Amino acid sequence: MNALISIVFDGVAYAMILYVISVGLSVTLGLMGFANLAHGAFAMVGGYALTTLMNKWGMPFLAALPVIFCLVGAIGIVLERLIYRRLYGAGELDQVVLTIGLVFMSIALMSFIYGPQPQPVRLPDWLRGQIGILGRDFPAYRVFVIGAGAVFILGLWLGLERTRFGARVRASVDNRRMAEAIGIDVDRLFTMTFALGSGLAGVGGALGADLLAPQPTFAIQHLVYFLIVVAVGGLGSLRGAFVAALLLGIIDNGGKYLFPQFGAFFIYVAMMALLLWRPAGLFGRQA
Amino acid sequence: MSDLAKSESAVDRLLRAHRIRPAEWLPWIAAIGIYFLFDGYLALGSQILIMVLFALSLDLVVGYAGIVTLGHAAFFGIGAYTAGILAKFGGWTEPITGLIVAGAVAGVLGLVSGFIVLRTTGLTLLMLTMATGAMLFELANKAGAITGGADGLQGIVIDPVLGMFRFDLWGRTTYLYSLAVVFVGWYFARSLVHSPFGRSLVGVRENAVRMHAIGAPVFIRMLIVYAISAAVAGVAGALLTQTTQFAALKVLSFEQSGEILVMLILGGVGRLYGAFIGVPAYMIAQDTMAKTDPYNWFFGIGLMLVLVVLFVRGGLLGIVDTLIARLRRKP
Repeated sequence: MNALISIVFDGVAYAMILYVISVGLSVTLGLMGFANLAHGAFAMVGGYALTTLMNKWGMPFLAALPVIFCLVGAIGIVLERLIYRRLYGAGELDQVVLTIGLVFMSIALMSFIYGPQPQPVRLPDWLRGQIGILGRDFPAYRVFVIGAGAVFILGLWLGLERTRFGARVRASVDNRRMAEAIGIDVDRLFTMTFALGSGLAGVGGALGADLLAPQPTFAIQHLVYFLIVVAVGGLGSLRGAFVAALLLGIIDNGGKYLFPQFGAFFIYVAMMALLLWRPAGLFGRQA
Repeated sequence: MSDLAKSESAVDRLLRAHRIRPAEWLPWIAAIGIYFLFDGYLALGSQILIMVLFALSLDLVVGYAGIVTLGHAAFFGIGAYTAGILAKFGGWTEPITGLIVAGAVAGVLGLVSGFIVLRTTGLTLLMLTMATGAMLFELANKAGAITGGADGLQGIVIDPVLGMFRFDLWGRTTYLYSLAVVFVGWYFARSLVHSPFGRSLVGVRENAVRMHAIGAPVFIRMLIVYAISAAVAGVAGALLTQTTQFAALKVLSFEQSGEILVMLILGGVGRLYGAFIGVPAYMIAQDTMAKTDPYNWFFGIGLMLVLVVLFVRGGLLGIVDTLIARLRRKP
């Protein structure tokens, strides 16, 4: 029972990070059909930025998160305006090659600045201990990650379901041409969504820096997991991405804990079975 | 009348496409020349030849059928491990049949995984190809008793080719053996893409909906070419194991899948010869640059990919095409 609780608990914490990082990818894919394999690089930059802000500049953890959101979001805007937009509507292969190129460059850049070793993150004291909940001790960091993830999910849900901006995004995901026809500036909308998505990825990377340490190959190492969240959830579906992240986090954690000799094998088998059953993902529209 | 003449010439061109043009012998002449002129570089040369075959197999899938995959190393790797395990534990040390068996195993894996992977499109397909590779990587990593795990499969002994040509220290046999296998692979791939089957693949790539509409069995065709390509990649992997007497875990890695795609893109996709240009260019550059500074190398390759996509679609061969077209316009 104890093992079960800690598997689920750790799995949920992991899932929150995966969700916050991947959700932007899901929305940009749903909106523009752009296969951005460099999305993980935004998360990596977020993690690295956290180490610099905290270790070098002595910024508190909580204050660093919004700074990182703005910073990585700004990088996202620049890249979208300069590079990505040239390839909307281009072939999938071109998009894949371009974004792999960006990943390679990010690897080189980060190891040039920070060196090839994973960067340690020194969490503030209040995140290092244990917190007692219902007579059990849980690591404070993971409790915080889950709480912060829940805030993001609530915020995203409110933002997309209850605001005008969200209504525009949903309309454009559903039917881009129709949305343009009724006067929505999809182009600008996409830049803003892209910035939001990359900013979120940055915060996710920073938030998860203790679980997924920032290192130059970050964007490649965890790429499969980010893509699983998007593909299993269904492109452009926030709810789908969340369910997929939860499944992935818990199954992966459980598999590695209970059957370490199989490594990550479980998650791949489960995911393939699921996609064989529903090729468009859990909440994706069937083609 | 002029219209008719034009359409005839188009048909003629299609009918003549399978005939080998003189320029197509150039890579082979160069390869034989290298054997005699640069015999200090035969080890690198053999590696390049093997990767050319691997890139060629990828071109069938990416360039002709339009299936973008990030997991082709799965087939390369399973071929490599099959050949190694056969020789080490099965006592099957005869090289040529070893290649065939490894190719068959990779082909079956291509058929099985293709059955799942090819039902999807876009990002899901990309992810599934990556996952196929990652699964095999995990498997090879954990099954250390058979595969040697992270240390790789060592102690493989291979018989002389055709019972006559021993694998010598200078890599001469290795080079010529690889050259022969790559030539056969090239001839096969060339015949395939110029066959009606190959033309129908191009149709699928250009417009799958229309191919459905004219009654072509799109899924089956894609599955077949995926399996064929997997088999060729498996042969390339087996060749690598046989000639180096070693199978490293890297052959199954994502890096391997990414690298081969990069080489193919640099050369040019969907024309068979991209592999012959891109692979040597990449590997020779890597051999000279990456040794001193691997990270500068990464940056350079990344930048090159971005520039290729933004400015010169079609890779190095695309540049050549543009130059030739420009020269022809100015008499």
